[in-house]
Amino acid sequence: MKQLAIILVLGILVYACSSGGKQDSESNSAKTEAQQPSDYDPNRGLGKFDNVDLGDKLDVQMANDGKLIADVKCASCHKYTEDRLVGPGWAGVTERHRPEWIMNFITNPDPMIDKDPKLLAQLEICLVRMPNQNLSDDDARKILEFMRENDGVN
Amino acid sequence: MKLKPKEGLLWMLAAAAVSLSFSACKPKGAGSAVSGNAAQRTYIPPGQYDEFYTFTSGGFSGQMSVYGLPSGRLFRVIPVFSVDPEKAWGFSEETKPMLETSHGFVPWDDLHHIESSFTDGMPDGKWMFANSNNTPRLARIDLQTFRTAEIIEIPNTGGNHCSPFTTENSEYVIAATRFSVPPDGPGGDVPISSYKENFKGHISFVSVDKETGEFNIAFQLKTPGLNFDLSSAGKGVSNGWLFISCYNSEQAHTLQEVNASQNDKDFIMAINWKKAEEYFKAGKGVKQAVRYAHNKYDEHTHTATSQIKTEVTVLDITDFDDLAYLIPCPKSPHGADVNPTGEYIVGSGKLAALIPVFSFEKLQNAIANKEFEGERYGGVPVVKYESALHGEVQKPGLGPLHTEFDEKGNAYTSFFVSSEVVKWNVKTLEVLDRQPTYYSVGHLMVAGGNSKKPYGKYLVAYNKITKDRFLPTGPELCHSAQLFDISGDKMELLLDFPTIGEPHYAQSLPADILKDKSLKIYDINANAHPHKTNGEAEARIEREGNIVRVYMTTIRSHLTPDVIEGIRMGDEVYFHVTNIEQDWDMPHGFAIKGAKNAELLIMPGETQTIKWEPDRVGIFPFYCTDFCSALHQEMSGYVRVSPKGSNVAMTSYTGNK
Repeated sequence: MKQLAIILVLGILVYACSSGGKQDSESNSAKTEAQQPSDYDPNRGLGKFDNVDLGDKLDVQMANDGKLIADVKCASCHKYTEDRLVGPGWAGVTERHRPEWIMNFITNPDPMIDKDPKLLAQLEICLVRMPNQNLSDDDARKILEFMRENDGVN
Repeated sequence: MKLKPKEGLLWMLAAAAVSLSFSACKPKGAGSAVSGNAAQRTYIPPGQYDEFYTFTSGGFSGQMSVYGLPSGRLFRVIPVFSVDPEKAWGFSEETKPMLETSHGFVPWDDLHHIESSFTDGMPDGKWMFANSNNTPRLARIDLQTFRTAEIIEIPNTGGNHCSPFTTENSEYVIAATRFSVPPDGPGGDVPISSYKENFKGHISFVSVDKETGEFNIAFQLKTPGLNFDLSSAGKGVSNGWLFISCYNSEQAHTLQEVNASQNDKDFIMAINWKKAEEYFKAGKGVKQAVRYAHNKYDEHTHTATSQIKTEVTVLDITDFDDLAYLIPCPKSPHGADVNPTGEYIVGSGKLAALIPVFSFEKLQNAIANKEFEGERYGGVPVVKYESALHGEVQKPGLGPLHTEFDEKGNAYTSFFVSSEVVKWNVKTLEVLDRQPTYYSVGHLMVAGGNSKKPYGKYLVAYNKITKDRFLPTGPELCHSAQLFDISGDKMELLLDFPTIGEPHYAQSLPADILKDKSLKIYDINANAHPHKTNGEAEARIEREGNIVRVYMTTIRSHLTPDVIEGIRMGDEVYFHVTNIEQDWDMPHGFAIKGAKNAELLIMPGETQTIKWEPDRVGIFPFYCTDFCSALHQEMSGYVRVSPKGSNVAMTSYTGNK
């Protein structure tokens, strides 16, 4: 019992001294996202899109808009053919991935590159992480429509 | 009580811990004035943020630096009045106009003071204002981009020292001359010894647009020849007034060190600026032909423009009886500082042995009752010293320079000669504490200490001399800042850190006011630069006579085009580089061999231009200067330069032709 008391005294002294001048623990800190790897769904990807409704037919206006956005923000690194430039060519991308995976990846690339096995494998080939090009949800949907057109949907 | 050996050992340990923890918590001995836990109180763990942004004057570097408090970590140097090759400030075609003046392009100046934009007497986080002391100018720094958005030159002014102090709602930023000079124009060719007749002071009221922040020199007040040093606008009860310290009331024109230090008292000039505004609006001013530059940076075209303006409206204060008054103030005052309630005005006479504190209420009564000295000074009424005086702080120290305030009714004055900061009570005028500085403190800054509700907690002393405080670096040593915790009764020194140039003044804003609205990227779709490249498909080269324009894009990690041929000797080549990244913290750089200006650093969504004139035939590599990805070393290209008259075809591409 006495020993316990002594240890307590020691503990209090050490605590008093170390916490004495500490600044508020509420100080701001950079945000870090913690997500369990086991939560990751490789078909859906990581991001805000769960289900993307695709029409039976191509929305031509949307696809045209999508190409204009892609020409500015994407075409520096992606060809619309099968050939790899910096990143893989876009031909067939809508057959390889679900629409929600594409939408999540192009709007939320960094967190997904850290989690997705296929993306990690791509990174080993390309060695450049796909930039976040700050696409709005609407931009992303239009680009997806252009990808569908590029893959032969009409 | 008998102790078992084991217990005895534990008690001994406890006793040792007591003495250890005491010595750890207590301030160290005479060798150091630093509190034992100072390190903890200034340590910001990796990845965590500081509590305050502090914008610090860079003095003769001409720039403004941004530090965090309490860590003292340097985040950014914002180029303002001097060229900066790191950011191509003054070197890129877009930023060159920012440093234009009526004298032409001026690549350097001496940035003295900084003041926040205010709403209701509190920093509103919109802009920082800064003054240049040499070629007189005012600057406005945007606090979303942390870049200089505007610079305006001040006419009729010798050196813009008494600036950029701003009114309670930043209706005006003040620019007052340190050196009285004859008004601009051919009439200025007079003997220097005719100071008393021909030299005049001018105080400029530069209005600030509430939304855009745009400057406009609304009017100037012409005064007798005097040197204006520092000023503070009234606030609260004294809103509508302005207080300016004046020295050289002797009107000496030579050996001022001696000749401008003769009088026991100089002045604080009290100006009723609302009245001046009224007279100006009523058309009582006189229009004068002058020349001054007004430079603005447009963040949509990513381009600055410079315009020469040619007229200013001047009101002579001696033409009016109720515009300005002089209050005698011992001796060669530097600071004229108004406390948070606006009732007290502290004059810091740098050659005086006491600090006078004036009362705004007493000043108003003295003016109403005409308690004036028998003789006017150069036509300006002089209020009797005792009539405006609240009281004097006795034996505060030597060489008081500048005073700021906390939220508890205390003032803190810097003392250059006795090298200390002194805390005193504004009402009772009692000295409460004094702490040495290392060495020769000039200005000091309390967080929010010039506002209506100071944030308090921290005080930073800005020292002119560091001598033995840091590892020596040859004859030229850094200036320094010293951080004190002022939350308790006694000020506690926590940290020394070096500064850029000479830190004349600073402003601290809580991080929360700024951090969430800090711009991350420029929207590529909002980019209205006339030479923007809207995506790689538009990358190209164009020739018009001997002018060649390269429309280039950057993205991780290639430049387009990266093969350029058909450039000839005698060409002027403009690289218009658009960074098509839209990700935070992804700038790219651009440098080309033989460039006589600087590199470019282009933020995401921005277009910037560098002019290049090849001086020999051959192949010139260019590359990205800012590490951007694992393939950054590959981010490069070649320009082929051929002789004049060569018929090498104009070609440009990246990858396959």
